[in-house]
Amino acid sequence: MYLDHAATTPISAPALAALTSVISRSGNPSSLHGAGRRARATVEASRETIAAAAGAHSTEVIFTSGGTEADNLAVKGLFWSRRDAEPQRTRILVSSVEHAAVQDTVEWLQKHEGAHAVWLPVDANGTVNLAALEAELADGGADSVALISCMWANNEVGTIEPIAEIVALAAAHGIPVHSDAVQAFGSVPVNFKDSGLAAMSISAHKIGGPVGVGALLLGRAVRLTPVQHGGGQERTVRSGTLDTAGIAAFAAAAQDVTGNLAAESQRIAGLRDAIIAAVRAAVPDAVLRGTDPALDPDGRLPGNAHFTFPGCEGDSLLFLLDMAGVESSTGSACTAGVPRPSHVLLAMGLDEDTARGAQRFSLGHTSTPADVDAFVAALPQAHARAKTAGMAAHVSSIQTASTR
Amino acid sequence: MRVLAAMSGGVDSAVAAARAVDAGHDVVGVHLALSRMPGTLRTGSRGCCTVEDSNDAWRACDKLGIPYYVWDFSERFKEDVVQDFIDEYAAGRTPNPCMRCNERIKFAALLEKAIALGFDAVCTGHYAKVITDADGNPELHRAADWAKDQSYVLGVLTHEQLKHSMFPLADTPSKAEVRAEAEARGLSVAKKPDSHDICFIPDGDTAGWLAEKIEMSDGEILDETGTKVGGHTGSNQFTVGQRRGLKLGTPAADGKPRFVLEIRPKENKVIVGPHALLAIDEIKGIKVSWAGLPITEVATGAEFDCYAQVRAHGDPVPARAFVTGVTADGVTRENLTVTLGEPLRGVAPGQTVVLYQGSRVLGQATIDAARSLARPELP
Repeated sequence: MYLDHAATTPISAPALAALTSVISRSGNPSSLHGAGRRARATVEASRETIAAAAGAHSTEVIFTSGGTEADNLAVKGLFWSRRDAEPQRTRILVSSVEHAAVQDTVEWLQKHEGAHAVWLPVDANGTVNLAALEAELADGGADSVALISCMWANNEVGTIEPIAEIVALAAAHGIPVHSDAVQAFGSVPVNFKDSGLAAMSISAHKIGGPVGVGALLLGRAVRLTPVQHGGGQERTVRSGTLDTAGIAAFAAAAQDVTGNLAAESQRIAGLRDAIIAAVRAAVPDAVLRGTDPALDPDGRLPGNAHFTFPGCEGDSLLFLLDMAGVESSTGSACTAGVPRPSHVLLAMGLDEDTARGAQRFSLGHTSTPADVDAFVAALPQAHARAKTAGMAAHVSSIQTASTR
Repeated sequence: MRVLAAMSGGVDSAVAAARAVDAGHDVVGVHLALSRMPGTLRTGSRGCCTVEDSNDAWRACDKLGIPYYVWDFSERFKEDVVQDFIDEYAAGRTPNPCMRCNERIKFAALLEKAIALGFDAVCTGHYAKVITDADGNPELHRAADWAKDQSYVLGVLTHEQLKHSMFPLADTPSKAEVRAEAEARGLSVAKKPDSHDICFIPDGDTAGWLAEKIEMSDGEILDETGTKVGGHTGSNQFTVGQRRGLKLGTPAADGKPRFVLEIRPKENKVIVGPHALLAIDEIKGIKVSWAGLPITEVATGAEFDCYAQVRAHGDPVPARAFVTGVTADGVTRENLTVTLGEPLRGVAPGQTVVLYQGSRVLGQATIDAARSLARPELP
């Protein structure tokens, strides 16, 4: 039972159909002959579809190899172009709960490009502190800011951020705002034009498209220094031959998920709430992390349920559930396959031990009530064993020569 | 049985896991993350547990069709192995981190987690053998190939730990065979070099590493008559039997090389002397443990015949040993006295003495003191 749709989700039928039909045709969309024009027509039709799905103009769609590239392009490109125009603009205001694709990029700019990162604090739910942002912009503080970046929805705990308020605060000072909408697009209503954002990242494989393609929505008037140079494709912002088949599949997926958004998100939210209720019943001391949908229905991604389980290690839970056929995640990025306490949870105020007991369950278009039932059946035993194993990594009761 | 195969990313543990799978066990592979900041690529054969090692273990599990996980024991490793290493050197003793790792990490922390998660045994690529007697009690024995035998580093395991240990490489005639088997099984690690030396000091510069962790101060090097023959930058860098790195200003009267005989951390002095003075024939051991059920003489205190080995790949020497009970702070602990039939050289306090009878490991002790019965103490 797959409960890790936030990591990736199976390719949808329309996307697979588009992918397979287009991949067998050849043609470089940049070529000027018949074969090239046919490929280009496919790309441009896809561009229009994705633009419509995201509430943007088709010239605002810059195709990339995925969400990570879009984040890199936005953050680096905006920083470099702003700092080149006005050298005193070296500060980047960024939330402390970003995905590594934004966080690592900002850290790199700080280490190598003279940027000064200001990590905006979040509350216990993971919601960005607007007062802190306001304080950074006040009293001339805004004059040294190159850009602001805040994700639309958090990938670990599902909390939806106050993007409209952030944009309003930034707009008063003419500061561009970028948002990583990789988790939000296709899950909740996202409209690039209405948002007022300068740049917005989205990814195909989170919405039922293939891995390897994504887009940066980029305002027409926004100046961006390219990361990838070459043949000048995509408004010279992102050079490289376009993946015609991947883009066609991306468009099919985007149209599918935004077309059905209201009904599907309600369906998935129902399954999520069933999971939340089941966890609370089976493990009363488990704590739901991120905005509680019962208190704020629009404050959390419909498909995300995240808990911390006291006295358990997330990797033990993952292992036990995996053995029972339930596939979940500890929610945090891995180095060499070792889950580390999540920076998101730490920013939300949890201590390391509590953060270690985290587990994320996320639903998607293939999720059914049967998945929830299988999870509910597997959880009690998995949790019980994880709790027994819980302290083994820290305190050993096996007596040996050194301990007697 | 449900078996947890500990996989370092090396060829031995990969083949061991493969054999456990062939034997019909339900196997899951696990790589121990022992460093908070692992290197990306393996550079040479020093060091271990880089991301490359993890990936190698992962590929092996892919090939074997078994699940693969990485478990973080870096905190425990830092406390039980690395800190112990530092503390022992600071006390003027020579530690044995590989034994501590087997004792406290691989067959304790990992084993406990494994049992809690439903496993019956931990399997490793060590060259050693566990035999179960008629009553179901385990015995630890040398591997078939005594040249590769690693029973020494497992000598610290207890009865309880051995009951849950599995060493599939026990009867392999040679390392070459293991590599050939890895090749035949299509495991990418077939030609990977073995790692050696201390896994958490990848560049092999133990003295340099210790200098960063222990406050060292300049002191004197004296010879066996008490005469000053040189200086050092910290007595903790030395180990008994050491010959290299002494940098003595004054050559010996006979022109022959000098060796570290003793380290006196309290006075920050190092005593050196000729090779002949390294020879010892009595070892006193503390922190004793038995690899399985103790032989009857342990309880009676009677002297028994055995073979003593003080290095992982050193030759065992015939010996006689007996156990005494020593009470301190209201607790009675076993102490071991081993009298050697042939002298051994370079025996350092802090090292481990493992006792054998035939191919069987009886148990081990940490060397507290070593001396020559014929010679007086050094001035």
